[in-house]
Amino acid sequence: MMRSVREKYSCVLMLLALALLLAALPARAGSRLTATGGAGSIEGSAGGGLIPWAVLTGTASDTETGAGVGMSHAWLDDYQLHTLSAAVTINNRLELSVARQILSLDTLGLDSLQLDIFGLKARLWGDLVYSRSGQFSAGVQYKTLEDDALPLALGARQGHGVDAYLSHSKLWLGAAAGYNLLSSVSLRATRANQLGLLGFGGPKNEAYHAVWEGALALMPNAHWALGMEYRQKPDQLNGLPEDDAKDLFVAWFPQKHVTATLAWLDMGRIAGLDRQQGVYAALQLAF
Amino acid sequence: MLRTTPLLMVLILALITGCASTSHEPPAPGLAITPAADDTLYRALGQREGIQSLIRSFLYVIADDPRIVDQFAEAPIDRLEEKLNEMVCVIAGGPCHYSGDSMRRVHRGKHISNADFNALVEDLIKAMDREGIPFTVQNTLLARLAVFHGDIVHR
Repeated sequence: MMRSVREKYSCVLMLLALALLLAALPARAGSRLTATGGAGSIEGSAGGGLIPWAVLTGTASDTETGAGVGMSHAWLDDYQLHTLSAAVTINNRLELSVARQILSLDTLGLDSLQLDIFGLKARLWGDLVYSRSGQFSAGVQYKTLEDDALPLALGARQGHGVDAYLSHSKLWLGAAAGYNLLSSVSLRATRANQLGLLGFGGPKNEAYHAVWEGALALMPNAHWALGMEYRQKPDQLNGLPEDDAKDLFVAWFPQKHVTATLAWLDMGRIAGLDRQQGVYAALQLAF
Repeated sequence: MLRTTPLLMVLILALITGCASTSHEPPAPGLAITPAADDTLYRALGQREGIQSLIRSFLYVIADDPRIVDQFAEAPIDRLEEKLNEMVCVIAGGPCHYSGDSMRRVHRGKHISNADFNALVEDLIKAMDREGIPFTVQNTLLARLAVFHGDIVHR
């Protein structure tokens, strides 16, 4: 328990340091429009919360560098998932991200699981707003558990793994009676159990799974987005069925540097406990 | 279910890109775009006077924008204002004729970056906000202007 508390504090300190660093930089924003960097995701890559989108963090355009830091918390029925992340975008071409997820297992009488995620996402072609065919990106995420004892005991094969995904996003200007729509679909190759928090691979399946993820959002004005996300997850552990995840979200972009997200998140069954649902809140600072 | 997923994804992607490319219009002389089918947007923008006021605001916003104002240092502002008025009028479905050069020709050799283009769009949004143009009308105008992106950037 002590270790878990200390980890949480070190994370908060890390975030504070990053936020200070960000604040210390001359106040500037990239030239891309507000909200075109998405809202940050629990894996550190720019996205909508639950899934990455084809967009890159911040508002850096082709001649600019951007960055962002984010934190999120999900209060599920029997677990809490806490995430801290930071990302850098170079020339709206490449995004490097790091994230730390902490799943507290208090209700199981256990400590917590900590997963670190190192992400790389490249915009392949297109522009979210201006290209007819939208924006295509490809990304990889290397995920590693700080302590893999529990996941391995539950049947996972490894405590680390790599996800790869191809993503398409497009902002459909004025498509819904004059309002903007955002769509995003991704195809992911993964072996992760519960995003990797319960390790990688399992007795039911040794190979990579192809799973899809999608998001649809409506922007009632320039500062708000209402949407939903869906994320397919593999089911590889005996006796511990895993369901697809989904969320309904409201994102607020009060200005270019700040994104606040509130969502209703449904992760399905996690490690033998049914119906893990709850509120998800996230804050991202970016430029 | 998992087995069918990649197929579904490919279908979705094909649908999206397919739908997007079927709307490709044959280039018309001058503006290289077919005028709007109806004048709904033209009327929503306040017709000729509304568009004139918008373009004037737009030029004032650009003049105050250190990111891109230098790009217009050599531009003949009166002509630019006139051609922008004609252009917005035509793509909004108004009873106008665009007499300027094509977007591709105008921007050739200017080395406009995406950052420049994005800054310009941001300035246009600021101008539309100042003019009190509703969000839905703004989006519709932006959607019609978005097709010029490829003719303007990196030429």
